[in-house]
Amino acid sequence: MWRFLVRTIAQRLLLLVVISIVSHTVIHLAPGQPSEVDALNPMMKAEDVARIRKSFHLDDPIYLQYVHWMKDLCTGQLKSFRDGMPVVPTIWERFLNSLPLFVCTTLIVWTASFPIGIRAALKRGSRYDRSTTFVAYTLISVPGFFLSYLLILWVVRTFHLPVIGLATFGTQSESGAVRLMDRIWHLAIPSLMAALTGIAVLSRYVRAQMLEVLGQDYVRTARAKGLDEDHVVYGHALRNALLPFVTMFGLLLPGLISGSVIFEQIFAWPGLGLLGYEAILARDFPMILTLNFMAAALTLLGILLSDILYALVDPRIRLE
Amino acid sequence: MSSPLSPTPGELALGPSRPDAEALGIAETPAQQLWRTFRKDRLAMVGLYTLLTLLVVALLGNLLTGWWVVFDPTTVRLPDKLLPPLSAASSALGKDLLPPFHVYPFGTDELGRNVFARMLQGSFVSLSVGIVAVSISLGIGVTVGGLAGFYGQRKLGPLSVDSWLMRFTDVVLCFPTFFLILTVVALLPPSIYNIMIVIGITSWMSTARFVRAEFLALREQDFVTAAKALGLPEWRIIFRHMIPNALAPVLVSATINVAHAILTESALSFLGFGVRPPYATWGNILADGRSYIFDAPWLFLIPGAAILLVVLAFNLVGEGLRDAMNPKLRKRAG
Repeated sequence: MWRFLVRTIAQRLLLLVVISIVSHTVIHLAPGQPSEVDALNPMMKAEDVARIRKSFHLDDPIYLQYVHWMKDLCTGQLKSFRDGMPVVPTIWERFLNSLPLFVCTTLIVWTASFPIGIRAALKRGSRYDRSTTFVAYTLISVPGFFLSYLLILWVVRTFHLPVIGLATFGTQSESGAVRLMDRIWHLAIPSLMAALTGIAVLSRYVRAQMLEVLGQDYVRTARAKGLDEDHVVYGHALRNALLPFVTMFGLLLPGLISGSVIFEQIFAWPGLGLLGYEAILARDFPMILTLNFMAAALTLLGILLSDILYALVDPRIRLE
Repeated sequence: MSSPLSPTPGELALGPSRPDAEALGIAETPAQQLWRTFRKDRLAMVGLYTLLTLLVVALLGNLLTGWWVVFDPTTVRLPDKLLPPLSAASSALGKDLLPPFHVYPFGTDELGRNVFARMLQGSFVSLSVGIVAVSISLGIGVTVGGLAGFYGQRKLGPLSVDSWLMRFTDVVLCFPTFFLILTVVALLPPSIYNIMIVIGITSWMSTARFVRAEFLALREQDFVTAAKALGLPEWRIIFRHMIPNALAPVLVSATINVAHAILTESALSFLGFGVRPPYATWGNILADGRSYIFDAPWLFLIPGAAILLVVLAFNLVGEGLRDAMNPKLRKRAG
């Protein structure tokens, strides 16, 4: 087990270095210079551009730029092209904004999908099964922002809920409880919207997995023993059906960065996705690269976590 | 030299004209069997008909908007701007500007352009974005997966070909896909081909894995051994014998990937990185329409509903195909 851990972590680190080199090269070789973004600004003279290019090492050969980027990233000195602010604290601040949205969305998705999926599997072919199937496909097929806009219109008119931003403007002087409630209200609609597609996808997986397990011999044996149906379904079938979902849990991690661009844009939620979007618009290479790097690191971490979790919950699997 | 089209051993033994061959389900080719199972899935059939209709509409639309001046989606008719669906064209327009039958079936947009004509043109562009992107991803995926599966054991430097290719696939899988697409599309000069290519080269990984897995299984099968024993060249074994047999799961994921590509294109349009004018796609009609959601809701609802319908149809057909290829389900259905 320990040998496995050391070896995979070493492999993953190597992979991470390769990924960082590839993404650095791709972004720096693509046309569109960061110093060109403000090309129409009359205050920007040629010597200013040259000075900016020099201070951000943009005239160095590409491998030197990579070394500079990595060195600055590791020492926390990396500065954004756009506003000269250090990159890592900015990302951390935005991460704290994204986290509640991510946690809420995930909680909603995972608590709603299982009952829906299990019921559909148990009542296979019934009207319930067919209608949830159809609704799930519709939710998967609808462009996220189209549905969100329609639902926002409806929600705002019917329930008078706030839908934009983290908190209502001007509530900073209110008491802690009021501010907390305000934050929760602002969180409600974005997390529900972001969860809808997730519920559709995950409940289909749950259904398929339950159907697979319910057809197994050990379920038939459990029934033949005369166990009551609840015990068979939840004690025997569900426990085994849960195994693949353990791996999915680890794969959720990268969604923290890349999964939320659209929703954060719709709801003006100042999180990581929006940060990335703004960075791309501004050709803010250090920010783009660091976000990309972190997303890749999270993906690798997620895969590692899911491998370990899988070995922990399934005694048949040994990590060699 | 035996041709791959010659009868299978089963058919030879039974003879082609046995009356009960069909009842036994033996004389059916795999494609016929697939179709028989697929046909029973009502939702998937509805999806298939929708797609066929759409294909006709897209081709006709491309012809109409290209050749018939009054159908030109770029014709600006300022007196007629923001008209609701099915309203008649105003008489202020010159004769050569009047829309067909003097009616705007889907209304007009903020420049008085005929939304119906734009949707027609968009159907062709949206579909081709999806199909071209998926063809690119299929091409890369089948090549990488096929090479890894067929030549996997050869050594190339310190690692085998298989390790090289699959580690490369892992590297690409680690990139946050949508973020990467966004970055590349934002950095490259805006063009519809760039969007197709970028979506294509960020979505081939699952195809490569499927094809590799199928190739590894197929390589051990008797018919491949037989083909090798006959001394067939490797390219012939790969292209005539192995790829056709490995394509089934790939086809399913390709169908669903087209749906994905259309959704990605609309998401890119929403963020302002989509296909640029003069091309109309459903994605950019929808993204432009959101500014008029209160004054002219049809500009938002019509393309949104169209995307929903088409993506749903692709998804239903894909799932139907997957079910029809699942041997367990097929037995039950047959």
